[in-house]
Amino acid sequence: MKTDIEPTSSAAASPPKVKTRSTGRVGDKIFLGLSRGSGIALLVIMAAIAAFLTYRAAIAISKDEANFLTYFEWNTGSSPMRFGIAVLAYGTVVSSIVAMVIAVPIAVGIALFISHYAPRRLATPVAYVIDLLAAVPSIVYGLWGALFLVPHLTGLYTWFDDYLGWTGIFSYQGGAARSLFTVGILLAIMILPIVTSVSREVFRQVPKMHEEAALALGATRWEVIRMSVLPFGRSGIISASMLGLGRALGETMAVATVLSPNFLIETSLLDPGGGTFAQNIASRFKEAGNDGRDALIASGLVLFVITLLVNGAARMIIARRKEYSGTAA
Amino acid sequence: MKLQRKNRLRAITAGALAVSGVLVLTACGSDDNSDSGGGGSKAASNIKCDGKGQLLASGSSAQKNAMDLWIKTYGAACKDTKLNYKATGSGAGIQEFLQGKTAFAGSDSALKPEEVKSSEQICKGGKAIDLPMVGGPIAVGFNVPGVDKLTLNADVLGKIFNSEIKKWDDPAIKALNKDANLPSLKIQAFHRSDESGTTDNFTKYLKAAAPKAWPHEPGKAWEGEGGQSADGSSGVSSQVKQVSGAISYFELSYATANSIKTVDLDTGASAPVQATVENASKAISEAKVKGTGSDLALDLAYDTKADGAYPITLVTYEIACDKGNKASTLAATKSFLTYVASEDGQTSLKELGYAPLPTEIANKVRESVKSLS
Repeated sequence: MKTDIEPTSSAAASPPKVKTRSTGRVGDKIFLGLSRGSGIALLVIMAAIAAFLTYRAAIAISKDEANFLTYFEWNTGSSPMRFGIAVLAYGTVVSSIVAMVIAVPIAVGIALFISHYAPRRLATPVAYVIDLLAAVPSIVYGLWGALFLVPHLTGLYTWFDDYLGWTGIFSYQGGAARSLFTVGILLAIMILPIVTSVSREVFRQVPKMHEEAALALGATRWEVIRMSVLPFGRSGIISASMLGLGRALGETMAVATVLSPNFLIETSLLDPGGGTFAQNIASRFKEAGNDGRDALIASGLVLFVITLLVNGAARMIIARRKEYSGTAA
Repeated sequence: MKLQRKNRLRAITAGALAVSGVLVLTACGSDDNSDSGGGGSKAASNIKCDGKGQLLASGSSAQKNAMDLWIKTYGAACKDTKLNYKATGSGAGIQEFLQGKTAFAGSDSALKPEEVKSSEQICKGGKAIDLPMVGGPIAVGFNVPGVDKLTLNADVLGKIFNSEIKKWDDPAIKALNKDANLPSLKIQAFHRSDESGTTDNFTKYLKAAAPKAWPHEPGKAWEGEGGQSADGSSGVSSQVKQVSGAISYFELSYATANSIKTVDLDTGASAPVQATVENASKAISEAKVKGTGSDLALDLAYDTKADGAYPITLVTYEIACDKGNKASTLAATKSFLTYVASEDGQTSLKELGYAPLPTEIANKVRESVKSLS
């Protein structure tokens, strides 16, 4: 039964068209100036960061004897310097993907529970607790991960190894569970609050008319969610996920505390090893000399580019689904 | 009704703020593991106070605990001088010194030629020199159930950390420990994930004492094959504590603080050498000075066979200008470093797990400090 109550752009809740021109009053002019100024300032700051990173990265890469993109080691203390980001790029992307796969369904579930299922008496405290998770400093997550999560994951990993070991991705050789997968789990917990709270807000914005119409047609609560809430909220979920992904990509201290980094790409996600851009910078910055710092900045530039690409991709996805978004004009 | 709900909301918000505030505050900490807090300031009668004002220094975190003690004692005697040592890491310390931001730097390794060259801009008419001040044994800690005493040599250590020896009951280990009841357990070798002077010294030792088993170039970044890693000495030592079958290297104080058993080294001396402060001092006295003039960069004898000399020893330096120190800080720098190199300053290190400099080298350091200008 294909539904005929898909939300359209002429939804009653859509905001009135915003005038882009100033009305000529002083307050409006000041406000326009301020907001335009802030926008330009942001662009200038971003351009300055990019210019700084590019300049320092160029110095480092010109001294690099190895292929910057494909080399598997990081020796900036030796002369000539040999370093490459292959392992870091792999580790960053893989741990973030693991985090997204775990966090997004849970976050959407919690958001739906808070916005549509839970009694108000329960929904508010749950929402608060989830939001509070965002206030925990990342080093605390790191310590919790290293001291509590890692020892308790060995059982789960052995179970994975028994049943999924044949895939190669989930084989486990024993020892401390300080792997990219563990990092992914930790990152998932860390990005849960942002994804949940943004999704929750989006689900709240679903026009009541849609839901009531669906209910009037005899839909169950799940059908209402499936047919009106989720389609309406999809672009919101995507932007929430991208915000979370941004955090996961750049997380530093928690990863540095929990991971057992090495410069090898392991086929198994459960064996210790790997590394991420931010973790590598944090671990090496203190002792690095001038050249070593430039090399780390070069790796930071790559992270910057990856983050830009991710955000760009998110924008494209959202733009394609504009008709569902609450802000569509 | 509405009012009530608002109040509840407010209460929850306040509670949430309080909780998160506490969490944020408690997040600030350090990996300082010494209990030097209660050490108190001893009667420091022979400290000669010169100069006044603020003295900034930064660098090696390996000497942080020693610095804290020195600053406390010196500060108690010389109220006019405020010392501030930031344990930012050797690399950052040298950089800040070369930019003229600090009076002296702490570093786990001697200056490189290009760093000496660029110091000529800061030291008007002179150059930067290395003054050895703190030594300490790097212990190899292990966690093998049922084994209390373990003797290894450089060759076996190199192979363990290069993933060539994989089980604790390997014949090579058995040959060195005939009495020990070694289990058939996987060896989990941990190394530092951050760049560190400890790694630098440990790999220098492996390279010098067992070049065949350790084919990699020594350096601050780990280059061995395989193994696991963790951040900082506190990180690797807590892994050794947690993981059965683990082995790693860290400053002796971490082994003492966590009651981790340490490896005795078979150096070729008449008996295996324990990782102790005294044995480290003995090894430092075997070192040769490779610096020229007042520069006292040491060439440590990593392959020493002397009885009771523990060769995996870290020496950290203070770096200052031999000539052309800033006039505003020179007097205080000299006065502080004189105290640090003095007998009192050196012997007080022992209780923190550092090794005092042997007399001969300490004398040279005192002369160099005297000649600073």
